[in-house]
Amino acid sequence: MDIGLNQYLIVAAMLFTLGVLGIILNRKNIIVILMSIELILLSVNINLVAFSAYLGDLTGQVFSLLILTVAAAEAAIGLAVLVTYFRNRGSIAVEDINVMKG
Amino acid sequence: MSAAQAFFYLFSTVMIGSAFMVISARNPVHSVLFLILAFVNAAGLFLILGAEFLAMLLVIVYVGAVAVLFLFVVMMLDVDFAELKQGFLQYLPIGSLIGIVVLIELVLVLSSWSAAPAAMGAIGAPAPSDVSNTLAIGRVLYTKYVYFFQAAGLVLLTAMIGAIVLTLRHKPDVKRQVIADQNARDKSDVKLQKVPSRAGV
Repeated sequence: MDIGLNQYLIVAAMLFTLGVLGIILNRKNIIVILMSIELILLSVNINLVAFSAYLGDLTGQVFSLLILTVAAAEAAIGLAVLVTYFRNRGSIAVEDINVMKG
Repeated sequence: MSAAQAFFYLFSTVMIGSAFMVISARNPVHSVLFLILAFVNAAGLFLILGAEFLAMLLVIVYVGAVAVLFLFVVMMLDVDFAELKQGFLQYLPIGSLIGIVVLIELVLVLSSWSAAPAAMGAIGAPAPSDVSNTLAIGRVLYTKYVYFFQAAGLVLLTAMIGAIVLTLRHKPDVKRQVIADQNARDKSDVKLQKVPSRAGV
């Protein structure tokens, strides 16, 4: 392969940074926050697969499979909570979510 | 520049650009569509790395399921998204400061790391060179990492039960099938009626 491992790592680092930035900038929009978390998980996946390919070890790809599963579960649960919250409150503003505490 | 390099730069540029659009688009529907574009390009990067199975899984799971779920929820919730966009500029200075610091730190770490000499001896599942990627993953996933596989199944089961419990809603005036009543029904309660042909009931 003529593409270095560091190139993949830097692309993944940029994606990770954009995900963190998305969480900070879109403090009020919880849907975009969930999407930013997906971006962060994707960057971790890229790191794992890049190391797996360059070390010749399949363990990284198996781990990546597990992260994919967790990301799908997280999106499903997060959106279900969001839908329930919207039904009860009529808005999805993040500042009001502390009314859920008991 | 070889074809692999050209495609690497194409995929990574489009992926970073669409990830930027995900966090900066005004309309969340556009955000979801850019998220799909980012995932498709990440699948392209996986293909270049030789992880074909994960690339196809990324397209199926993320583009086919997760992104469509996001799109469904964004379109179902009737929210004034312009109001939610307020505060974007307010957080921009501190956000970009944190982003730049995180990026610089990551790049500093990435430009100076080196693998420990013992790391190459710790390879858990060496990738065979004579079989396809899918077959190789299947060989280790169902043998060496079978507990990981089971744990992934449990995570998905938990997510499924959780999502159903959270969103299921019983309406009071809807008639439902009550199986206990059906099973407890006596034969004498049933009245058979002969309906003449072409006469209606």
